[in-house]
Amino acid sequence: MRRQKKNAFWIALAAPGILWLILLFIVPFYAVLAIAMGKLDQLFESPVAVWNPLAWSSENVIDVSRDLVGSASFAGPIVVRTVLYVAIASAGCLVIGYPAAYFVARFSGRRKGLFLILLIAPFWISYMMRMLAWIDLLQTGGYVNKVLGWLSLSPVNWLGGKPATVVLGLVYGYIPYLILVLYAGLDRIEPALIEAGRDLGLSKVRTFVRITLPLSRQPILTGLLITVLPMLGDYYTNQLLSGAASTSMIGNLIQGQLGTPGLEGQGAVLSLLLLLVLLIPMIYYVIATNRSAKAAS
Amino acid sequence: MTAPTGQTPPPAPATAGRAADRTAVTPRSRWNPRNPWRHAWFLEGFTWLYLIWSLVPIVIAVLFSFNKGKSQSTWQGFSWRWYFKDPVNSVLHDPQLHAAVIETVRLSVLTTVIAVPLGVAFALGINRWRGAIPSTFNFVMILSFVIPELIFGVAMFFVFTVLFTAVPLGTVAETLGLVTWNVSWPAIIVQARLVGLGRQYEEAAADLGASRLTAMRRVMLPLLAPAIFASAVLVFSGVIDDFVIVDLLSSNAGNTPMSVIIYSTQHGGNGGPALNALGTISLVMSFILAIIGYAGYRWLTRGERGSRIDALTTIAGGEG
Repeated sequence: MRRQKKNAFWIALAAPGILWLILLFIVPFYAVLAIAMGKLDQLFESPVAVWNPLAWSSENVIDVSRDLVGSASFAGPIVVRTVLYVAIASAGCLVIGYPAAYFVARFSGRRKGLFLILLIAPFWISYMMRMLAWIDLLQTGGYVNKVLGWLSLSPVNWLGGKPATVVLGLVYGYIPYLILVLYAGLDRIEPALIEAGRDLGLSKVRTFVRITLPLSRQPILTGLLITVLPMLGDYYTNQLLSGAASTSMIGNLIQGQLGTPGLEGQGAVLSLLLLLVLLIPMIYYVIATNRSAKAAS
Repeated sequence: MTAPTGQTPPPAPATAGRAADRTAVTPRSRWNPRNPWRHAWFLEGFTWLYLIWSLVPIVIAVLFSFNKGKSQSTWQGFSWRWYFKDPVNSVLHDPQLHAAVIETVRLSVLTTVIAVPLGVAFALGINRWRGAIPSTFNFVMILSFVIPELIFGVAMFFVFTVLFTAVPLGTVAETLGLVTWNVSWPAIIVQARLVGLGRQYEEAAADLGASRLTAMRRVMLPLLAPAIFASAVLVFSGVIDDFVIVDLLSSNAGNTPMSVIIYSTQHGGNGGPALNALGTISLVMSFILAIIGYAGYRWLTRGERGSRIDALTTIAGGEG
């Protein structure tokens, strides 16, 4: 009895949040499902949601699978391209981000505050402003081409559908998130462990390989997840820095279908498919952060 | 979202890492190639190169917001033209740009005011209520934190266009979407702080005769104040920066915030320095918020052992 009363207080506190999540997080995903499995109103070219699972139709799923595989597929190459861009971009983030985070966590000494402010600054600059900055630089008359001109090289149309520009944009856009996760993880490595490695006769390189690197595996994994997940749903970086169909990614496909009458249902199927693929890494991320939170407390 | 090292409660001993910081600094001057703390010149150079690459483009973009001419890439002299001097195209006088600034502020305030109390109450309730229901919803909450924004945005778009049709796309739909997207900040950060605090303060208050509500109000809320404050700052800045949700849920110029205006005007052509001005305004808003956040967090944790570094990472959302 007392136990119940005790609980009632906490239930009352949690209830509004739970209700909110049900209405505006769980129900919306059911709505996506209902549209994905729904039909198309032929007259108005608008999607019709089918709420009863028994009446679900596979119209949209069949359309999407025809787009994805087979001879007439146009979405297949987009998926391959997305995976390729995201893989290169996140590898780039790691290669640039790890040394910087490692330096600030271990060697910046008394200037750690300064370095940290500079590392964190991009967090406080809106994504669009940061993309705008690169558009200014990469324009036909922009500074990058001016520098090329001084070197007597011919200017490049950077914003005219160049895959390299899109990958650069992705790296630039998402690297701050990776660096902060890496920094937090590397900063927690006990310096005594590294000293011990050195004392026991390991070379500098081997100390790094045998001690620092294994201890940073967890931050590297969670950091990569935190960059890869949003990159896979990114349509704006691509649209701003290229805009060409030859570089479009899954995000562009879904966003485009959302705004095209008659294709919303297929957009719903695609976004659910993406969610399905990403569910395992997402759950891994949740478990991993829970574990490290418990270990630290 | 990592461990709550930055939020050590008052009576906790100093962590080993901080003591080691000091030893890491002192022997640096000794020049010995086998000294593991020898200064890493190569890494430092690399880090500076990264920082230059990361920040110089922004500085240039801010400079061009003060350009006298129409170019975003050729400097033609300093002016306030794109902020307020130009009677037609400046941020002050162009109705669309002007409305965008107001809409961003409106959405940030509305979202923070709703999401923070909702998230804090959720964190308190979920943390103390044991069972399958609270742990399920805690999982859903963290899922909402990591789900790609486009997938969430698609769900929001559909729910407002086919189910909750009483809510038209616009400010209300945007706010509801942004609250759901950002409520995980207070929910996660406050929970991390709660775990760090343990139950002893609450139990002490109960032993001294405080009712649960009094203990909550007089003991727990003050102890949670730094976490609540940090999450409010993160929600507010998250909304200023948000793009996908507002892009999918806005319907006309009156409810389109700055990020969407920059995006939709710039892609497909030269948007002109007025966009740089708009971006600079959002940057200044965020920086002011960051300074308030840092100073406020330091003030709220003044009796605690946390360092400046901890405050910095907390305000960036690095340490929950």
